[in-house]
Amino acid sequence: MTAGAGARPRARSGPTSPYDGQGFLGPGITATYLGLLVLIPIAALLWRSVAGGVEGFFAAITSPPAVAALRLTFTVSLVVVVINAVMGTAIAWVLVRDEFPGKRLVNALIDLPFALPTIVAGLTLLTLYGPRSPFGINVAYSQAGIVLALLFITLPFVVRSVQPVLSELDREMEEAGASLGASTPTVLRRIVLPNLVPAILTGSALAFARSVGEFGSVVLIAGNIPYRTELASVYIFGQVESDRSDAAAAVSVVLLVASLLLLLTFDFFRRRVSRHEEPVA
Amino acid sequence: MAVCAVAALLAAIPALTASKAAAAEGDEPSGTVTLVAYTTPREFYEEVIPLFQATEAGEGAGFEQSYGPSTDQARLVASGLPADVLALSLAPDVESLVAPGIVAEDWDENEYGGIVHNSVVALAVRPGNAKGITGWADLVRDDVNVITPNPLTSGGAQWNILAAYGAQIQEGKTPEEAIAYLRQLFANVSVMDRGARDSLTTFMAGQGDVLIGYENEFIFAQNAGQPLEYLVPDATMLIENPIAVTLTGDASGVSRAFVDFLYTPDVQRIIGQKGFRPEVEEIAAEFSYPQPPQLFTIEDLGGWSQARPEFFDPENGIVAGIFAELGQDAG
Repeated sequence: MTAGAGARPRARSGPTSPYDGQGFLGPGITATYLGLLVLIPIAALLWRSVAGGVEGFFAAITSPPAVAALRLTFTVSLVVVVINAVMGTAIAWVLVRDEFPGKRLVNALIDLPFALPTIVAGLTLLTLYGPRSPFGINVAYSQAGIVLALLFITLPFVVRSVQPVLSELDREMEEAGASLGASTPTVLRRIVLPNLVPAILTGSALAFARSVGEFGSVVLIAGNIPYRTELASVYIFGQVESDRSDAAAAVSVVLLVASLLLLLTFDFFRRRVSRHEEPVA
Repeated sequence: MAVCAVAALLAAIPALTASKAAAAEGDEPSGTVTLVAYTTPREFYEEVIPLFQATEAGEGAGFEQSYGPSTDQARLVASGLPADVLALSLAPDVESLVAPGIVAEDWDENEYGGIVHNSVVALAVRPGNAKGITGWADLVRDDVNVITPNPLTSGGAQWNILAAYGAQIQEGKTPEEAIAYLRQLFANVSVMDRGARDSLTTFMAGQGDVLIGYENEFIFAQNAGQPLEYLVPDATMLIENPIAVTLTGDASGVSRAFVDFLYTPDVQRIIGQKGFRPEVEEIAAEFSYPQPPQLFTIEDLGGWSQARPEFFDPENGIVAGIFAELGQDAG
């Protein structure tokens, strides 16, 4: 594990950064920028969500269609995160460790889901995996269709989080392990995976946050039947359309808080994994 | 607060481009018309505006056009998007702008009741109509899969649901029986998109046996080469699309002249050719649109002010109640 610490990205060392205490300019700009872009809009959203009073807020988030939509959103998002954590890590592994013709092209393809307008992604998936699927696979208008669209949209997160860590990972550790008699699965489990866990968690948290808020790619493929295939984002859209912005804001706040909690939880685990190694270094 | 700022920003963009367009026309005060419309009549307006500009009244008039879902457009105008002429899908969207003082209270008190073109609620089926759909009663059969936009999301879809309900009343059912029909109908709906265009996409992707929508949309789809047939049920609802000149916009009179121009025989004829039913009766008579024997209007259901909250209130409306019941059955 000793060399593992050297492979960690520098940013995580936080308080010991050499850039600390170099005036207010950096923090000032950062705070202003984040404030304008993130904090003020979120504060406005929070304020809006309780515009109808605290009872209004709870009435909005506990109404049966809202609860059903939130439950569906969190369920499919968790399924998507688990699948993409595994598959994203596997893809990152192949892209870093294996050599094959066209590797750079495949590497470039990974980011396409980010570039494609989500509504186009939804339409394309609908054409390929809908009622007229050329492959005979029809998952549209079901929860499987929602999972498919979200898998597509969130694919890059785990791959791109794991890739740099994996390529910086010192292979001598693995060789040392193997020379001491560890089998390949043991090397993967005891040496490689612990080094990747923080990156996998980071990628997964981003994928989850993206999933819960996703609208464009799922709206055409989800079916949008209240209580069955209506996601929270689509439900929120409906509330906006019905001139119930307060309810829309309230349900959005639930999505935000859940994402924040998950990000913090994952960060906690990531730190634990990291701290676990630091004393050795 | 943030919402206001965004709306103001959005509002500023067309205002800037509008003033530039007006300046480009030269020094004479010709006026610029900002048309805020729902999506469907876009083709129509793009054809008619140059014709208007070729008339004496419209000479030199600049045009700014904005198209989007009807209720969204009304909301944008309410939050500051400049508009001179509103061409929306349904009267309540125009009516919603009366309270903020953007539209005159008597906007619909003219010869045409504020309506510029019409259509009817129709049923699209697959080519050949293998399921033998002939009317509303077939939509609640066990083997029929129905597509309609969500009436809680799409103002336009409210026409569909009220047509289905009103047709039951026309056939002599009690309101309770008609609501029971709606419950059966929604149980057969497999996809509920956010608007009419998305529903057409869903239907053309191969989902469903019947798509509830507007006659003009289906004519438009057929003209675009989409493989679908449609039928007009014997009992169905007249869709009436409103138009209004705002109080807050252009004061030069060009906007009013433009709206008047839309009622001239030639323009009403173009409306008919685009798949709408012309509002001017003599021109409508030139077209061979099917005349359903039991055609009814929103007035037969008590008008929008009564029907909208009764059916589409997101919490206590009839439709929300049906969704809840069906949701509990499924869960």
